Amino acid sequence: MTRIAVLKTYKLFIGGAFPRTESGRYYKIQNKANETIANVGLSSRKDFRNAVVAVRKAQDAWQGRAAFNKSQIIYRIAEILEGRKVQFVEELISQGSTKASAEKEVQMSIDRCVYYSGWCDKYQAIYSSVNPVATSHFNFSVPEPMGVVSIIASDETSLLGFISALLPCIVGGNTCIVLASSSKPLSAITFAEVLATSDVPAGIINILTGKEKELHTHFSNHMDVNAVVYCRTDKAIWKTIAQNASLNIKRSFWWNKDWAKSESENPYLIMDLQEIKTTWHPIENIGVSGAKY
Amino acid sequence: MLDLSNIPVIDQVGVEERIARLNSRSIKKESKLQGLHLALSMIDLTTLEGKDTAGKVRQMCYKAMHPADDIPGLPTVAAVCVYPNHVKTAKTALGNSGINVASVATAFPSGNSSLKVKLADTKLAIDNGADEIDMVISRGEFLSGNSKFVYDEIATIKEACGNARLKVIFETGELSTLDNIRLVSEIAMQAGADFIKTSTGKIQPAATMPVTLVMLHAIKDYHEKTGKMVGMKPAGGISTSKQALQYLVMLYETLGGAWMTNEWFRFGASSLANDILLQLHKEQSGVYYSGDYISKD
Amino acid sequence: MAKKIKEQVQPFTWSYAPALESKDHIQLKQQYELFINGRFVKPNSGKYFDTINPSTEQVIAKVADANPKDVDSAMMAAKNAYDKTWSKISAKERGKYIFRIARIIQERAREFAVIESIDGGKPIRESRDIDIPLAANHFFYYAGWADKLQYAFPNQQIKPHGVAAQIIPWNFPLLMAAWKIAPALATGNTVVLKPAETTPLTAMKLAEVMQEADLPPGVVNIISGQKATGAAMVQHPIPNKIAFTGSTAVGKWIQNEIAGTDKKLSLELGGKGANIIFADAALDQAIEGIINGIFFNQGHVCCAGSRLFVQESVADIVVKKLKQRMETLIIGDPLDKQTDIGAINSKVQLDKINHYIKLGIKEEASMYQSSCALPSKGFFCKPTLFMHTSQSHRIVQEEIFGPVLAIQTFRTIEEVIEKANNIPYGLSAGVWTDKGSKIFNLTQKLKAGVVWANTFNKFDPASPFGGYKESGFGREGGVHGLAAYLQQF
Repeated sequence: MTRIAVLKTYKLFIGGAFPRTESGRYYKIQNKANETIANVGLSSRKDFRNAVVAVRKAQDAWQGRAAFNKSQIIYRIAEILEGRKVQFVEELISQGSTKASAEKEVQMSIDRCVYYSGWCDKYQAIYSSVNPVATSHFNFSVPEPMGVVSIIASDETSLLGFISALLPCIVGGNTCIVLASSSKPLSAITFAEVLATSDVPAGIINILTGKEKELHTHFSNHMDVNAVVYCRTDKAIWKTIAQNASLNIKRSFWWNKDWAKSESENPYLIMDLQEIKTTWHPIENIGVSGAKY
Repeated sequence: MLDLSNIPVIDQVGVEERIARLNSRSIKKESKLQGLHLALSMIDLTTLEGKDTAGKVRQMCYKAMHPADDIPGLPTVAAVCVYPNHVKTAKTALGNSGINVASVATAFPSGNSSLKVKLADTKLAIDNGADEIDMVISRGEFLSGNSKFVYDEIATIKEACGNARLKVIFETGELSTLDNIRLVSEIAMQAGADFIKTSTGKIQPAATMPVTLVMLHAIKDYHEKTGKMVGMKPAGGISTSKQALQYLVMLYETLGGAWMTNEWFRFGASSLANDILLQLHKEQSGVYYSGDYISKD
Repeated sequence: MAKKIKEQVQPFTWSYAPALESKDHIQLKQQYELFINGRFVKPNSGKYFDTINPSTEQVIAKVADANPKDVDSAMMAAKNAYDKTWSKISAKERGKYIFRIARIIQERAREFAVIESIDGGKPIRESRDIDIPLAANHFFYYAGWADKLQYAFPNQQIKPHGVAAQIIPWNFPLLMAAWKIAPALATGNTVVLKPAETTPLTAMKLAEVMQEADLPPGVVNIISGQKATGAAMVQHPIPNKIAFTGSTAVGKWIQNEIAGTDKKLSLELGGKGANIIFADAALDQAIEGIINGIFFNQGHVCCAGSRLFVQESVADIVVKKLKQRMETLIIGDPLDKQTDIGAINSKVQLDKINHYIKLGIKEEASMYQSSCALPSKGFFCKPTLFMHTSQSHRIVQEEIFGPVLAIQTFRTIEEVIEKANNIPYGLSAGVWTDKGSKIFNLTQKLKAGVVWANTFNKFDPASPFGGYKESGFGREGGVHGLAAYLQQF
């Protein structure tokens, strides 16, 4: 008698834990042979709300971490991914990729982690400025994270697209709730397992699975979300997201990109999710301004 | 007891911004006349030179009493300010004009001597009839952190002054920071200064508006705390009517009308009086005047 | 013998004689048309509205009311100018035009200042010393960027959007026009700008400057109008870029309106800035900062420090000093050089401010107003403090946009950071303390686009300005101000 395979249940990833969806609803993921390979949660509005609570709690601490430390944490993700390469390749294949493309996607995903890990403590230097104001003040502008970001990740490139959207977000000190690819969600949840066993603090990356049509409204109208990023292709959905964003002047971005391209990794994506803060302080100028007293 | 707790710090740039804003007041017409009369009445007409003689002092005293007899209704200056050895001459020359004689003392201008010499210096001036004593502080002691020394010295001189009013000169041009000026103001007022004064006139820079504003704020805080009024005397470097009016605007908007009298505010100046007279002539006649029409004593 | 005046008993009172800025040199027409394609043209609408002097309530001039057809001609002119001239000339030449504009504003500075004060009610001291010089400086600053843009965007391709539609508010009429037009032109865009309906005059004078500078027709179009004009601009298909400064409510409407289109947006919206005074601050300078923070420009400042937080140990002395300082503020004729606080910009705004003052009283906050007399005519409001307020008071939560300050006390750093950030806005904040490490703790944690430490309400063309959260997005000023006017890829 052949052995019955143990089918894994793919749960959500919220606040560092793996809860089942509050909706109690699931959908089936099938392979090319139409065999069910997994049950995946259909996240609800309430799941999203819970995720926002978790992510908001994690925001300040993540933002406050030293940039060098962030860099190490993200590099650690790359290391663990590398060690579990085989599993990711297999998962991609089971979701319809060829072996060659699966291997390529996993490699690129790991390399992208390495790439962004290096940006953690560098983009600030490049996009900051010391501003030569006319009055006797020291004036400088620095990027600061926007805060909580909701991301609807690419449907197609389920691992690379997912990683490519969330990295610029967290590298910049933001925290996020990401909707995994709806048709191929397995890599994202397995990636969550990587996160759970790496040094990534609980709550800064939260992963939901489900349908964009059911979730895009919640991803865009929650008043405690600072920015929303849409990485899919449906114009009508994008419009709704952009409209909902206006409820609290949410920053909204449509990253409609081919993530396999090398130019799809760049610091301008980090900067999309940064505010610029300008600080002023007087400069005492006894010498410069001549004999004052 | 000297208490130097809760002395506010000073932000120099903020002080200068305030000055710039005060200086944007435009004092014209009747308010200008009023201000010029007041400024004239606040002057300590000063001669503090090695070459001072009785003759020079007597000429200055006549000028003090008769700034410009061709302009009716002018006040006299508040006081003349001389070295201790010229106090008697000044006192005699001024008679019962009501103009005070102020004398510098305490090893003016450096203050580098013993307390004994400083007391003797003060006593000489008082014995000669000085109404006011302008002492200098020991800047070296202050800058080396010896606040207590400065406090004690002022208190001792104050005692020696008897009924004469004591003005304490900080020589702010040597004190480096506005924070120091705020601190020394506090020390002097607690030690019993009747006036605090910026400068000797021998060191540049002498009086400036930022320094004066910081001292006015110190006076204000001291008054809030103790109810005691202390006078202010910027000295040196104020030579034009425009400057004098700017100082008065600063005084008025910082300490209010109660200080707008020569009882509580003085200008230590030698050439300011004549510039005020130049302006008053202009206001009276409508044309700009020449220095040839103003007496120079 | 001359008399001494030593024996005064009554405190001296000194009322400064009025020093009125002369109006002789300014030239105002009775009627202003629309500035489209380099010419002043009558509006298709045939309609005009009055612009009044808020300090006298008298009509100054009639101003054209642009309807959607007028908006369309302005957009067509801008598009045409972009396609045919502005995108064709070299960046260097583009920059030289902008330098020229800056110079002309400097030369006509006094005229601009007087008109700004007449039309908007702000004191001449401010229009003369702040608004107009900063406006000229803004053109100067961005003029120099025109041929250096690539240095600001390493490894990026950049391209202007094309036509920028710009809508500005009434609190800094010329300065906001400069903030909008200068970077737009420097980056190679053409412009359709609408000034606010209560303060159109300096914008129309700026149109004259564009003519004087020989700017190619259509590169800058300035159309006066009201709400509907602005809406038509936002909805028009031509502009790829919308820049708006004004209320958060309108900002939300615009963001919603253009959702799903290719139009790029930058918003500079409302605020309710926290101004935080620690016990170790330079108190006398902090008082000036508070005064400047809330009474500058009658409090019509989006980044005003309208929520004051004072550490409890110095609260009494700070409030006392503040009240004394308020007594020296001179309220009156905007054209008087002595005036510190001029006229409220409009009847509508005065009603709104008075509504909030009544609300503050109803909310049982204790009110203090300076004892000054107000002019009998015109829209004026006394400088007002509300003490004993809390985050729950509506006068603390809502933007009043007037000379009204809500004061709260606090005990610890954590508490004040939490309260300062406890608001949907995030434009500005102020921190007053002598301790450097405390300053950086706060400046990092305050969620605001501009943080003034030991100063307040400072502006400079080289300094990026803009908000977090519901105070808008995008930056104006500095190198960061370029991004809002360029496509990057």
